[in-house]
Order: sequence, then C-alpha cells, then structure tokens
Amino acid sequence: MVSAPFVRHRGKAVALPRANVDTDQIIPKQFLKGVDRAGFGPSLFYDWRANSDFELNRPDAQGATVLLTGPNFGCGSSREHAVWALAQYGFRVIIAPSFADIFVANCYRNGVLPVRLPEADVEKLIANAEGGSYELVIDLLAQVVSDDRGLYAPFTADPYGRQLLLRGLDEIGRTLLEEDSIAAYERSHT
Amino acid sequence: MTQTLFDRVWSEHIVQELADGVSLLYVDLHLVHEVTSPQAFAGLRREGRKVRRPERTVATVDHNVPTGDRALPITDAVAALQVDALETNAREFGIELFGLTSPGQGIVHVIGPELGVTQPGMVIVCGDSHTSTHGAFGAFALGIGTSEVEHVLATQCLVMSKPRNLEVRISGSRGTGVTAKDLILALIGKIGTAGATGHVIEYTGDAVRALSMEERMTVCNMSIEAGARAGMIAPDAVTFAYLEGRPRAPGAKEWKRAVERWSRYRSDTGATYDTHVKLDAAKIGPQVTWGTTPGMVADITSRVPDPAHFPTENERAAAARALEYMGLKPGTPLEGIPIDRVFLGSCTNARIEDLRAAANVVRGRRVAPRVRAMVVPGSQRVKAQAEQEWLDRVFRAAGFEWRNAGCSMCLGMNADVLGAGERCAATSNRNFEGRQGKGGRTHLMSPAMAAAAAIQGCLVDVRAW
Repeated sequence: MVSAPFVRHRGKAVALPRANVDTDQIIPKQFLKGVDRAGFGPSLFYDWRANSDFELNRPDAQGATVLLTGPNFGCGSSREHAVWALAQYGFRVIIAPSFADIFVANCYRNGVLPVRLPEADVEKLIANAEGGSYELVIDLLAQVVSDDRGLYAPFTADPYGRQLLLRGLDEIGRTLLEEDSIAAYERSHT
Repeated sequence: MTQTLFDRVWSEHIVQELADGVSLLYVDLHLVHEVTSPQAFAGLRREGRKVRRPERTVATVDHNVPTGDRALPITDAVAALQVDALETNAREFGIELFGLTSPGQGIVHVIGPELGVTQPGMVIVCGDSHTSTHGAFGAFALGIGTSEVEHVLATQCLVMSKPRNLEVRISGSRGTGVTAKDLILALIGKIGTAGATGHVIEYTGDAVRALSMEERMTVCNMSIEAGARAGMIAPDAVTFAYLEGRPRAPGAKEWKRAVERWSRYRSDTGATYDTHVKLDAAKIGPQVTWGTTPGMVADITSRVPDPAHFPTENERAAAARALEYMGLKPGTPLEGIPIDRVFLGSCTNARIEDLRAAANVVRGRRVAPRVRAMVVPGSQRVKAQAEQEWLDRVFRAAGFEWRNAGCSMCLGMNADVLGAGERCAATSNRNFEGRQGKGGRTHLMSPAMAAAAAIQGCLVDVRAW
C-alpha cells in the first residue's frame, strides 16, 4: 500500500487522556466484517462516541488531526482496522508516552505517525489542548514536535517506519527488489 | 557469542540486513483467517502479485463463524461475505483452507499445533495478536497487521527491527487448582499490560518445564497481553512427544533428524537477556480479573481494590473507570460476585485438557439457575475428541450449551455475545470494555474456575471444591 509522503504536519490537537486504549475501543468488532480498507472513519471509538461528553464529540475537537493520549495506546488486537479508522477520521499523528508494538507497525504502513514523548511532556500537551484550540507542528524530518508557545520536543521515530512515511514507500515493491536474496535463502534452507 | 533461543531463531531467518538495524526476515509458516486477510488479497490482486509460497500458507475461518448448526447458512450476510471471500482467495491463490464444514476447521492457533505445522525454530506469523501461542514450541511467532499480511503473502518475508530479550523465570511447584492461566495472569498483573513491550519473552524455570504442551500454549498465548512481541519456550521431550505422529509433523523416517535439529533451539548457558522477571509458582493462587485490562487481576481470595490505593494518577483514573464499567465496588470480596454467563472457549483455553479440567469440575452437577453457560471447543478435532471421551455429555447434562469451534464469544464477532450489564466468567484472554458484547462485563480465569463459577452462579475458589 502506498500512502502520500509524510514530512511535516501542522494540525489541531485533541486530548484523550486515558491509559491502555485498546484496539477494541478504537474500532469495535462489529466493524471488522468488511472486505475493504475504506469506510472505517465514522466508526472510530464507536461505543465511546455514543456518549455526548466523549472528548472527540466536543465542538472544539472537530477537525483535529493530532491525538494526544495515554500510555500503551493501541494495545490488544492486531486489527489494522484501528489505524484505518483513525486515519480515515482524519488523524495523522498520535502522541503518547508509549504504544503497543503491532499498532506502531500498522501506523507506519498507513501514513499515520506515532510519536513517543516522555509522560510529563504528553501531560503538558494534554493540558494545553484541554485549555482550548491548540495547534502542533510535527516535523518528521527533524523529529521534533513544536507549538506557537515555544514548545520544542524532540522525538525518535522508528528508522524504518520513518523512511516508509517520508518516502510514501511501496513496501512490498521495495522488498521484491530483494528477490535474489530471498531466492538464495530459500535454496539454502530446503 | 552466546545466544538466547530467540536470538538463534532470529539470526537463522535473516534474509538480508536492511538499513538502520532492520532485517528482512524469512517466514516459515503464514496462518490466515477471514477477518484480517481480505484487504491483503485485494492488494495482491490490484498489483497483479501472487502468493510467493502458497504451500507455507494455511487458512481457516474462525473469527466470525457461527458456532451453532454448521448445516445452516450463515445468517449474518456481511460475515458470510468475508467467509466467501476467503474461500475465493484460497482457491484463486492456491492456499489450503480448512473451511466451515471441514473436520479440520478451528481457531487458527489451535489447528496449527494440532496439525503439526507449528514446529520448533520456525518464524510464524498471522494477522492475529494471539499468534504468540505458537511460541510454546520454540518458534518465533507473532501477530501482524493486514499490510504485513499482504507483504508476507507476496514476499514470504517480514521487515522488522529486532525486539529485545526478556526472561521470565517461573520456579517452584504450583499448588492444587493453580493452572497455566493463573501463572500468565499473575505475570501480567505483576509487570502490567505494557510490561513486555518491545520484547520477546522466553519462559524458563522448572515450573515452565513442568507444563504440558497445551499449558505452554496458554502461557505463550497471553504474552501479547503483557505487551510482548512474542513468547517462547525452548522445545524439549514434552514438545517432541506432542508433535510425534501429527499429520504435518516429520514422519517416522525423518523424525530422529528433526528432533536433533529442534534440540538446538535453546538458550546458551550464560546467554544474556535485556530484562529478567522472576515468579514463584508456589505463591500464586487462582487468578481472576476485576477490571478492563488483563493486568487488572487478583487472587480469587482477595477483594476488589480501591482505586485510591494505586500509585499513579493514570492508574487511579483507569481503575476507577474500570470499576464503574464493571459495576463493582472497592472492598467487595471477589469470591461471591454473581455471574450471568460462562464462556469456556478461545485460543487461550479451549483445548482438550482445558475441556477435561472443566468437565471434572462440572461432572454430576448443574449449572446454577439463571446462568447461561457454553462450551466452544477450540477446533472441530478438539470437539470430536471431547465427544469420544463423552465430555459433551457431562457438559450437556449439567446444562452447558455444546457448540462448534470458533473464536465465538472471546471477541463476539458472531452471534455469541454478552448483553449490556451481563457478567461473564470467561476462559478467554481479554476483558476490555465491550470485548464480549457492548456493556458486557468479563472476568478472565482458568477453565476449572469458570466451570466452578457456572455451578455456583458466582465467582468461586475452585480449591474449595
């Protein structure tokens, strides 16, 4: 799957200050029955969004593209549908103290950038976002999150994931270029 | 240089070192199911790509299939479409499929070992997080997303950075009524649901060596619930005895050579792990979850914890939220919490030994009034075996429903779901909000504990039975 390159993003941030948000919450099972990659945005956080007080339902959360959340985001089921739902809803960047491994791998393959920052920094960002309209700039080339108030928070992206995002690579096409190595491996392991 | 079990399997599968410490890793076995594969096959079709090694790919339907009468058509039209799509894809791309009416159908992580396709030293992937189950055989087995499923179908390889090594040493002997499920729940309770993120766990120690093959699968299965990329146990005589004679395991002629080869898959003396965790099996009692993550777990003899007593604000908020969802008050004894439903099933605990353990508790007793209890065997072969042993009669006589194989109410993608507010004693692996049905409340525990809860109508300490 090829996505558009991701180099730098400026967008409105919304806070979802919860720990251990699992992929069952991000996209409940009843939406996994399709055979397409499209149409998941409206079902993002389906059960939670039924509550009018839910963070994403607030008027000032509309149009947000950066999600600020707690540790171990995306844990549980490997369902890539969770990332499809986040991306199709409009999120390009997720900032949290930590993420589940499979979720991170899925993000990088769908044009979504997971940014890991120290917990204290994330808490500060969450407080800022809860205080009203708050925009962040996420620069993947420089690996820095910044805002108009002087914030400058460096982060380290997974090197391979970073390349996938920066170049919008067709990962399969890239691996198929290694055909000789794969064939050689197969010859020596049968 | 000394190597851990994981180091060895990893290094043997490197096809090519890419930049930045990333490796192209060869995949020996790719397991496929109906829910996370349709978009991958569609991608292949769109790009005109083939499945590189169809003979290393095995498919079944498990996640959304009904567990009632298999002679009837699937009534959920969308689910049926997904099952049909897998049939079409398997046919078109030349992949073996254990379909809905096949005697080999079952939960993908139950049928791999059952067939003997899961073997020591392999790299095994599947678009399902509980692929960690297969690590019980000394394989590096991990769950992947659909984009990676497509990548493996097309290239038979996976691109990833090497995770770190975490040794979990479990020593001592288990008390009566304490199962593999209790060991793994206790571990998750200790290190948390992100305690092993970025790591592959190797389970070592005499308490691990003492586990049967099926118990080892239960332990490795829930490694993902501790955040681990995979869980592994070095193969030994128990592993080889389990594999011998399986339909896809090496035959009599190659057997000796295979065992010699597999015996190399162990950590060297003095091999270094990045992290160590120790557990004393003798100090672990039957475990029950009280909250909405598998890490929110306690000994059955304890009480629902008070959120105020957790060390961090994040944990206090999460615990308070969990108790509200679960409808529980701090200080309530776990024993005696009334339940409405019982689910004996899932890739964690629906193998023959699990059903035997549950049947031993149930035999000659009746499910409590108002409790609805069901048994969903992990595979059609497990079901047939149980029927041969008349376990189905034990369950039915007690008032349990006896179903066909599938993931069923572990994730509630089919018709087997909890209603809002219903409380369930479950042998599955996740107690997330809404996991078993919107508003449903899940308590995870071992098969014997769930069976006892069914009879008593409430959470109960199976050791008192």
